[in-house]
Amino acid sequence: MILGKVVGTVVTTISHPHYNNRRLLVVQPMVTEGETADGDFIAVDHAQAGIGDTVLVNREGNGARQVLNLPNGCIISVIVGIVDMVKMDAK
Amino acid sequence: MLFGRVHGTAVCTVKYPGTEGIKLLVVQPLNKDLEPTDVLQVAADVVQAGIGDLCVMVRSREAALAMPEIQFVPVDLALVGIVDELFVRPHGDFDYTLKPGSTHYT
Repeated sequence: MILGKVVGTVVTTISHPHYNNRRLLVVQPMVTEGETADGDFIAVDHAQAGIGDTVLVNREGNGARQVLNLPNGCIISVIVGIVDMVKMDAK
Repeated sequence: MLFGRVHGTAVCTVKYPGTEGIKLLVVQPLNKDLEPTDVLQVAADVVQAGIGDLCVMVRSREAALAMPEIQFVPVDLALVGIVDELFVRPHGDFDYTLKPGSTHYT
């Protein structure tokens, strides 16, 4: 799983049935000092996250299918948690 | 899952059995600021997207799972949604770096 920051929302009226009444959020992965932030992606919200939240994202299909209870769901990234605090060592 | 802009269509008469009837679209993967991030690729379409549409795409095994009938097909990029509204905060709004020590996020 990765730490990411929710930076946007996506509205799609026409979408695959597995995406029905699920919110799509744009997530930017967090980076360490000195790295540039890129490689943003879209994730299905499963933790009521909003823009500006720091979230935990599961980017593996199997995990997504189990979390969303869709046996053959076509979803890869799922927001599974909202982060309260991160503690990093000094290096 | 990522954004993609449809630039054209691809027609394939001779192809892997099971992928008949799946529309193939030429797409350009994009990032959140709608800038190209990769070369043009061909995606299987299940949401009837047209040329010029901004879509949500899914890669790898999940693209094959998005197919309507047979899910065991050699498809690794599928269009699973057509974007109607996209709202992204400008780049400088958030700090994406993980700082040493403990950081509390309200």
